[in-house]
Amino acid sequence: MTLQMTKPVAVAPRRLTPDDVATRTTSHNSLRETVGQTMSMAWRATKKMRRNPEQFFDVTIQPLLFTAMFAYLLGGGLSGSVQAYLPLVIPGILAQTALTACMATGVQLREDMEKGVFDRFKSLPMARIAPLAGPMVADLLRYAIASTLTFLTGIAMGYRPGGGAVGVVLAILLTMIAGWSLAWVFTWVGTLARSAQSVQGISMMIMFPLTFMSNALVPVETLPGWLAAFVKVNPVSYVVTATRDLANDGQVTGHVGWALVACAAVIAIFAPLSVRSYKRHL
Amino acid sequence: MNHIPAVHAEGLVKSFGDFRAVDGVDLHVAQGEIYGVLGPNGAGKTTMLKMLATLLPIDGGRAEIFGVDVRRDPHRTRQLLGVTGQYASVDENLTANENLWLFGRLQGVAGKAARNTAAQLLEQFGLQEAADKPISQFSGGMRRRLDLAASLITRPPLIFLDEPTTGLDPRTRGQMWDTIRELVAGGCTVLLTTQYLDEADQLADRIAVIDRGRKVAEGTPDELKASVGNSTLRLRLTDAADQAAAAEVVRQLLGEDPVLSPESGRMNVALDAADRAADVLIRLREAGIGITSVSVDAPTLDEVFLALTGHDTGDSPDQPANADERQLEAAR
Repeated sequence: MTLQMTKPVAVAPRRLTPDDVATRTTSHNSLRETVGQTMSMAWRATKKMRRNPEQFFDVTIQPLLFTAMFAYLLGGGLSGSVQAYLPLVIPGILAQTALTACMATGVQLREDMEKGVFDRFKSLPMARIAPLAGPMVADLLRYAIASTLTFLTGIAMGYRPGGGAVGVVLAILLTMIAGWSLAWVFTWVGTLARSAQSVQGISMMIMFPLTFMSNALVPVETLPGWLAAFVKVNPVSYVVTATRDLANDGQVTGHVGWALVACAAVIAIFAPLSVRSYKRHL
Repeated sequence: MNHIPAVHAEGLVKSFGDFRAVDGVDLHVAQGEIYGVLGPNGAGKTTMLKMLATLLPIDGGRAEIFGVDVRRDPHRTRQLLGVTGQYASVDENLTANENLWLFGRLQGVAGKAARNTAAQLLEQFGLQEAADKPISQFSGGMRRRLDLAASLITRPPLIFLDEPTTGLDPRTRGQMWDTIRELVAGGCTVLLTTQYLDEADQLADRIAVIDRGRKVAEGTPDELKASVGNSTLRLRLTDAADQAAAAEVVRQLLGEDPVLSPESGRMNVALDAADRAADVLIRLREAGIGITSVSVDAPTLDEVFLALTGHDTGDSPDQPANADERQLEAAR
C-alpha cells in the first residue's frame, strides 16, 4: 500500500465506495514491502542501541572474560596447555557468546512488546514478521562485535588461527548467521512468556544445555555415550565444528554445510512459531 | 454512488473468562460523522475499539469497516483506519521526527515523502520546535498530539480516538477538540470514546452510551440530554429533615422526583431549562424550607447513567473501576 502523498494535508475522499476501498487497499504485504518494513524496524533497533549503550555490555565484556576464563581454567587439564587449548576453545566461546547475545534478543523483544508503541505496530498494515525480524537484523551488529572481540582476545593470548584472515572472517560470518538463526528460538520464547524476567529464566534453561552440552568446550570423545548422542545432534555443535574448520584450517568443509542446514532448520521451525505466537497476542 | 457505512458491527462480543467485556453491541457509523461512545471506566469501550481495530480477536458477532470484514480481512481493515490510543503509542526511544518517519516507512511511504509528511504533520500539530527532542521530554498534551499525528500519516478515512483528552488540562483539551473537528471537515470519519458527557456533547453527531459491555442508549447529544433534563439544580437543605417535604414540592411543580442524598441533605433536580430553577427556589421558600447552597450545572455522566441504567457509573472502590484494562492485562 504505497500511498503517495505529495500533499498530506489534502482532503481525503469525502465518501468511499466499495470500489474506492478496493483500490485503496491490498490484500497482503508483498515480499518487497515485508523486507522494507523489516529494515525500518532494524533501523529503529539501531537507534535504540545507540541511545542505550549498556545493551552492548554482554557482547563487549563477556567475550573478554569468557575467553580468558575458560582458556586458563580448562586449558591445562584438557589439552595440556593453554596454547594448545585455544584453537579448540575460541570457536566454542564464539558460539557461546553468540548464544548469550541471542538470549538478549528475546528478553528485549518482550520488554519492547509491553510498550505502547507496539499497539501502533499491531494496528499498522505491516507484515507481522517485521517487528520480530527487524531487531534481529540489527543484532547482527552485536554478533559481529562479540565474535571480533573473541578472536582479538584469543590472538592476544597467543592464538594463531591457521585459517588466516579469510578463515577468521568466514568464521565470524558463520557465527553471525548462527546467532541470527538461534535468536528465533529466544524470540519465540519472548512472544510466549508473560514477562521479561520469565523470558530470561526460560532462556537460561535453553541456553545452558545448548552451549555446555555441545563440543564448544570439550572434545566429544571424552563424554559418556548418552551425552555424546545429544551433543552430536545439538545444532551448536555443528556450528562450533564448522567454525573450527574455517578458523583453524581455512577449509570450507562439509561441516560448514551441515551447520548452515542446522541453522535453516532452526529458522524453519521457530520463525513460523514466533509469528503465530505474536499474532495471538493481538 | 453506493455509500457504505464506515463502521458496521452486529452483536460484538468479547469475553475474558467468565467476564463479558463487550456483550452484544451493535454499532453503525455513517461516513463523515463523529460518533461518540460514552461510558465509565470498564464499560468495554476500549475493548470494543480494539476489536474493531484488529488489536483483539472478535469472540462473537461481526464487524465491517467500509464493508471490509474485520475478522476475515484484518490487513485490508488496517489500511483503512488510524488508531490513537488512550496511552500515547509512540516510541520513547525516538524523537518526534523519527517516530513519524518510521510510521510512514512502515506503511510504504517512500523515504523522501515520509520526511516531508513528518515535517508537515509536526507543523500542523505545533510540534516543529520539539521535532528533534526525545519523547521522554514531551508533556502529556504533546504526546497526544504526536500520537494523533502518527495516525494521520496515510490520511486514513476512519480514525479511532480512545479517550483522546483524558488527563489533559482544559486548554489542551480545547485544542484537541479543534483538531478533531478539522479532521472531520477534511473528510474523515471519527469514532471516539470518552468518559465525559461534555466532550461527547461538544464533538459527536451521535452518541452511544455503553454500560457493562452493552449499549444502553443511542442518539444525538440533544436526545440524550433531554432524557435527563438539560441542566441540574443542586441544592443543600439547611435541615436534612425537610427533604421529604422539599421532594414533594418539586414533584408538584415539575412532575418528577428529585435525586436525594439523605445523609447530607443534598437534593438534585433535573430541569428542562435552567430558568426553571427560579420556580423551584420560590416554591421552596413559600414552603418555608431553608437552603444553604444552590448551583445549576449541566448534567454529569453520572446523572445520564442514573437516568438510563438506574445505577451510577460504578466508580466505587468495591467495583473494579478499571475492569477493562485489568481484564486485558490478565488476558495477556
